[in-house]
Amino acid sequence: MRDVFIIGAGQTPVGEHWDLGLRELGATAVRAALDDARVESVDALYVGNMLSGCVNGQENLATLLADAADLLPAEAWKIEAACASGGAAVRAAALAVAAGAHDVVVAVGIEKMTDAVTGSVSAGLASAADQDYEASHGFTFVGLSALMMRRYMHEHDRSRDEFAPFALTAHRNAAGNENAMFRKPISEEEYRESPAVASPIGVLDAAPICDGAAAVVVCTKEAIQSGQEPLRIAASAAATDTMALGARGDILELGSAAVSSSRCFEASGLGPSDMDLFEAHDAFTIITALSLEACGYAGRGEALRLAAKGCVAPGGCIPISTSGGLKARGHPVGASGTYQIVDAALQLRGRAGPNQLQKARRALTQSIGGHGSVAVTHIIEA
Amino acid sequence: MDLPRYHRLRSAYYRLEGQRCASCDTLQFPARARCGSCGGNAFEDHRLSGRGTVYSYTEMTQAPAGFPPPYLMALVRLEEGVLLAAQLTDIDAHEVEIGMPVEMVTRRLREHGPRGFLVYGYKFRPLLGRRLVS
Repeated sequence: MRDVFIIGAGQTPVGEHWDLGLRELGATAVRAALDDARVESVDALYVGNMLSGCVNGQENLATLLADAADLLPAEAWKIEAACASGGAAVRAAALAVAAGAHDVVVAVGIEKMTDAVTGSVSAGLASAADQDYEASHGFTFVGLSALMMRRYMHEHDRSRDEFAPFALTAHRNAAGNENAMFRKPISEEEYRESPAVASPIGVLDAAPICDGAAAVVVCTKEAIQSGQEPLRIAASAAATDTMALGARGDILELGSAAVSSSRCFEASGLGPSDMDLFEAHDAFTIITALSLEACGYAGRGEALRLAAKGCVAPGGCIPISTSGGLKARGHPVGASGTYQIVDAALQLRGRAGPNQLQKARRALTQSIGGHGSVAVTHIIEA
Repeated sequence: MDLPRYHRLRSAYYRLEGQRCASCDTLQFPARARCGSCGGNAFEDHRLSGRGTVYSYTEMTQAPAGFPPPYLMALVRLEEGVLLAAQLTDIDAHEVEIGMPVEMVTRRLREHGPRGFLVYGYKFRPLLGRRLVS
């Protein structure tokens, strides 16, 4: 397999884009990534997206975006892996380049959620769960995550308040990211008093419904040109777990996250402590905690202690969500995995503005779908 | 409209019917092509007891279309060991606790719009059976 490099990254701000549709968001992010890479055309476009069929009534999305971004006749198709779609699209692009099928590929993650009312979006998101045995009974992925959080609190004797550092850190980091949706720090009191969405999950445990698109250009070593700032994809892996939450041996273990991250560590010869930052899938504070445990940063039930010590803040032992994460940058679901990689690239290039970490040579990014039924993990290095 | 889906699911939804592996006796719900324990592919239908305890729960206050909030959802650990996701009914949120005994009842799960069909299936309520028998 050939080495794969990221040579361009682009994004739209995350938010409620009432005047922009799928084609405008997608074309803007793709062209921004191509401009950043200083390339005009690509061999292929892979689109990570979850909801364009059920929320926007638009399938054949990749062709729409190839057309809108002026990339015809490039090969183009959509990759869907629930909320991990954005990470999966980057992995698909990396695989195509590594396998020798293409030399230069652009991957874009995109979601346009605000075209539908909340109930329809929730129903669309719930389709990431098992439709026969979960979604048709009224479960959403918020509800399933709430079951994990309640059980976590019960088994490990923790209170909801102890999850606060994840949300506070994300909001504080988002304040320094001009593309983030919520650029306002929150207090512990605001976290504590935020109304329940699905108890014990409150509004400030959860990432928002929003729109956005982010893109990266990947290529072979030979295709790198002078003037570009290449970052190597040191490892890429994906894994799955049971669709039904109840079918897992232990609902407090994110098996897909554990398997895909350990495959990345094995392939790269690196370990958790070699990472300078971790773009975690912080769609809910409980998922952040379980991800840290799955990736080897904390033992079972220990992630909240790690957070209480300030470990996940900038300057801590493993800074997470350094641009605001899904929680505060925003979570346009199928785009989030690509935003993580774009934000990691900014850190590794030293262009993260007020959020720049002192040392940022290697980043771990992990995109999770369907309350842990699928995960895509990458290690990127400068 | 996904009427065929609910027709297909009727034995699971109305009778909580799963399967017993013919080679190793493992019980599975819902039915699968292969036994999760031994990989066997021969099964007989097996109706679960419908009795269990609450393993975890949540009160849904922001709900998908078709499900008027608030309502209670849970993972229920059945006597047979199966862990199952379902709604709780006939109980208020502040009365629920992890470990409380519950039993299956058949209730309306959802409506498909004002002119659509109704979907019935399993929910769980606090265990009454024992009290009635004694």
